[in-house]
Amino acid sequence: MIEANLPAMFVVSYISVALLIVLAGVRFKQSAQPLATMGALVAALLSIVGWIVVQANTDAGFSAIRYGFGGWAPPIGIEFVLDGLSAFFLMVVNGVAAVVLWHSAGNIEKHLDAHPPTFYALASLFLLGLNGMILTGDLFNLYVFLEISSLSSYALIAIGSRQAPLAAFRYLILGTVGGTFYLIGVGFMYAMTGTLNMIDMMDIVPLLAQEPGVLVALLLMIIGIGVKAALFPLYGWLPESYTQTNSISSALIAPIGTKVAAYVMIRILLYVFGATELNAVWPLSDAIALLAGAGILFGSVMAILQKNLKRMLAFSSISQIGYILMGVALMNPLAFAGALFHVLNHALMKATLFMVSSHLEHQEGSVDIRDFNDSYRVKYPWSMATFTLAAISMIGLPPMAGFFSKWMLALGTIEAGHWFLFGVILSSSLLNAVYFFGILEKVYLRRSGQKEASKDPMNEVSWGMRLPALMLAVALLVFGFFNAPVLELLQSLFPT
Amino acid sequence: MLQIEYIPLLAVLVSLFAIPLIALSSSRPNLREAWTFIAAFIKFGLVVSLIPGALRGETVGGALFEIAPGLPFELEADPLGVFFALIASGLWIFTSAYSIGYMRGNSEVKQTRFFAAFAMSLSSTIGVAFAGNLFTFIFFYEILTLSTYPLVVHKESDAAIEAARKYLTYTLTAGLLLVAGAGLLYMETGTLDFEAGGLAALTTSTISPGKLWVIFVLMFIGVGVKAGVMPLHSWLPSAMAAPTPVSSLLHAVAVVKSGVFGVLRVSGFVFGFGVLQQIGADVVMMVLSAFTLTVASFLAFKQDNLKRRLAYSTVGHLSYIVLGVSLMTMSGVLGSVLHIAAHATMKITLFFCAGAIYVNLHKDSISQLDGAAKVMPWTFAAFTIGAMGLTGIPPINGFFSKWTLALGTIEAAQWIPLGLLILSGLMNAGYFFPIVARAYFKPGGQDLEGHGEANPWMVVPLVSTALLSVVFGLFPNAFVHILDLATVIMEQIFYSGGT
Repeated sequence: MIEANLPAMFVVSYISVALLIVLAGVRFKQSAQPLATMGALVAALLSIVGWIVVQANTDAGFSAIRYGFGGWAPPIGIEFVLDGLSAFFLMVVNGVAAVVLWHSAGNIEKHLDAHPPTFYALASLFLLGLNGMILTGDLFNLYVFLEISSLSSYALIAIGSRQAPLAAFRYLILGTVGGTFYLIGVGFMYAMTGTLNMIDMMDIVPLLAQEPGVLVALLLMIIGIGVKAALFPLYGWLPESYTQTNSISSALIAPIGTKVAAYVMIRILLYVFGATELNAVWPLSDAIALLAGAGILFGSVMAILQKNLKRMLAFSSISQIGYILMGVALMNPLAFAGALFHVLNHALMKATLFMVSSHLEHQEGSVDIRDFNDSYRVKYPWSMATFTLAAISMIGLPPMAGFFSKWMLALGTIEAGHWFLFGVILSSSLLNAVYFFGILEKVYLRRSGQKEASKDPMNEVSWGMRLPALMLAVALLVFGFFNAPVLELLQSLFPT
Repeated sequence: MLQIEYIPLLAVLVSLFAIPLIALSSSRPNLREAWTFIAAFIKFGLVVSLIPGALRGETVGGALFEIAPGLPFELEADPLGVFFALIASGLWIFTSAYSIGYMRGNSEVKQTRFFAAFAMSLSSTIGVAFAGNLFTFIFFYEILTLSTYPLVVHKESDAAIEAARKYLTYTLTAGLLLVAGAGLLYMETGTLDFEAGGLAALTTSTISPGKLWVIFVLMFIGVGVKAGVMPLHSWLPSAMAAPTPVSSLLHAVAVVKSGVFGVLRVSGFVFGFGVLQQIGADVVMMVLSAFTLTVASFLAFKQDNLKRRLAYSTVGHLSYIVLGVSLMTMSGVLGSVLHIAAHATMKITLFFCAGAIYVNLHKDSISQLDGAAKVMPWTFAAFTIGAMGLTGIPPINGFFSKWTLALGTIEAAQWIPLGLLILSGLMNAGYFFPIVARAYFKPGGQDLEGHGEANPWMVVPLVSTALLSVVFGLFPNAFVHILDLATVIMEQIFYSGGT
């Protein structure tokens, strides 16, 4: 019973929570944050159930759970599909979202004095959109959820510094253009295949692999999704958005927003188009892999040049999403597992780093890297230790989880014979080391004016903020040690 | 009853467990240092308990869990691992005592961080020693880099920060290249296990010589940076910005020896001498190491700072070890392994002395040492023994390892390296004895008055390590069977491979 309806429950729970927040918010403004957190937590638990059910089904030889809306059987009706890949992404997105929303309580006062219920209702809608994108088995329906999540994220981003609305507007323009590209691509595909259902389309596409129309459609869709995923050089909206927005939104959107776009890329490239055959005709995936590689280098170099911590993290996101898209585009199980593992790792790392940056913003009012000095290690010992763990993982050093996703990606580039990208992965690690050690050096060693080491009293944020960030950082350590079972499961998700 | 398979794991974990205890007792220095001692003694005891098995050529331990798909996290105590762990853990005891004297005598700040990072470094050093495959090796090799960073930067002066930055740049790059080499090798052979004599999968595979070269170069740079092979050595003299206990144990023993240990692992247990000779890589190793040991000795002459002179001397002596490996003859390898131990006991003595002089007389330049031996007789006696040993004067252990290395060059009929070995020995005398002569025979200045010998926490360790050098010279099998162990290691590399 539960099993059959499971796919629909994610969206239902988020929409109920969003409505409930607005209604309850009329009288109880303080209820918004706990309600939103509960909503994400329920979704996270549902995803775990979903993952377990799907694994059991796979072991028993059954296929994915398919849920047809309104009782209409696909391909006529819209369906949700819960398989291994979507269950994995649901776990990452909802799990991280739950922790971030829990953490956000401490930041409400600083950022959201206007009206917390609106914010949290939007956040729930944003998550609803992401969940829908992950679950849907229909290309057009995907566009609908894409717009739901995008529209709410424009609003979420607009709340922030004085420049935030401008950044959000820029994102809105680019995001809408991207969405439209995607939609036109879907239109092309519909015209050629007569279906919008992904599973249905998988059977039809091989027959059309030689058609130029398929290439055009695919290109349009990739460009559209590429904007959302910040695939180099379509990243233009990202740095300002993450920098200018309030620190709750950046911690919520940065770790998971682009990941879901990467998920759509996987669905389209590897599942719908089963691109191995397609690649034989047009080397599209190689082009994506090279663009992603360029993005890795570009993002890292730009991150080194930044003076604002949030903007640095934003550029580092561009670089990290490059790892993921590259791993997807290399189209072999090793790189694929590395990319998926990096989805998990990067979600954890970026959430941690943005949370810590919100601690600094909360206490110091600024995240200018030039102001960092050794008083920070005295004032924020926990936050800085958390930051250090996440930074080591970002650089990709053992025993943190980040090392192992890069290891798998490196093996994937060797497998694919892409020596340039092999070099990119290695050198990017060094570039990451440059900007993260630059910060660690300042925080731990740079004298704050006086000759003596700082004697400031401890000035940490509340445990309600420290703990979530620390938990995610420790999770990175745990996944570092127990990555093998995870990676093997992820490898098994590679479509054959 | 303790399961013997877990001894290597425990040996790694002991000092890791000590870290929280050290951190929690930060307000009670005596208790804090007691934890360090307890951990050091237990670690040493565990390693010593592995010696009988190692002498029989046995390997203890095995895969614990899978750390990455297809790659087990493997802690195995084979004879070479036991040998290295023995040196590192044994000398940690002396260094712990010495650190207490040094850090307190010098009123250093942040001693808790210092002792915690030190314990972490030792954990990873033992991990490097007991790593049963290249992946586990890299795992600990990188952690070693990270955990020594706070030690190098300890003084937090601009010079220290600069040195630490350089240190990271070199070692992180090296680590990455090692990872790259391991990745390429893994994709070719499907295994990263250490096998005495070289990977069987490598000799049977159809991998092209070009690719073998690439993998070799990546890996050799990876381990060569920590081994201080020129032109990759320049982090080491800079790292002397660290407090002296760090220089003595880590930058004369643990870190740099993990580099030469890596050279031994990569050449003897991954590639195998057969393969390396086939592609001609042994010549590259030989040229680089022979070049290094000569040039480093020249550079040592120019240093007036005592620690920097010792650092260049370390660079030179590390290359003795690499040279011995590159000869790929039995005496060469035996000499290499012996020199790992010999150089460790002698160089740690010299660094201990340098630190004692610095704490006691506040002098770090050689030109200031006139007459210093009169006020610090024990320290300079120990210094003299260490200097004689490194020069290669019997009966100190340095003589025997150098002798064996020389035999190795003769076995390999490599006359140029033999000549350079002898030349470098003379140069060792040239840059060490003036220090001794100055301290003993030149009249001391006014500023020496009122100074006496350093405190016993420092003098006892440095005299002990000097005595160890002599004892191991006279009785190479005393206590811990160093010679027998080295012989077993050499035999394993030459006889038990698939080649």
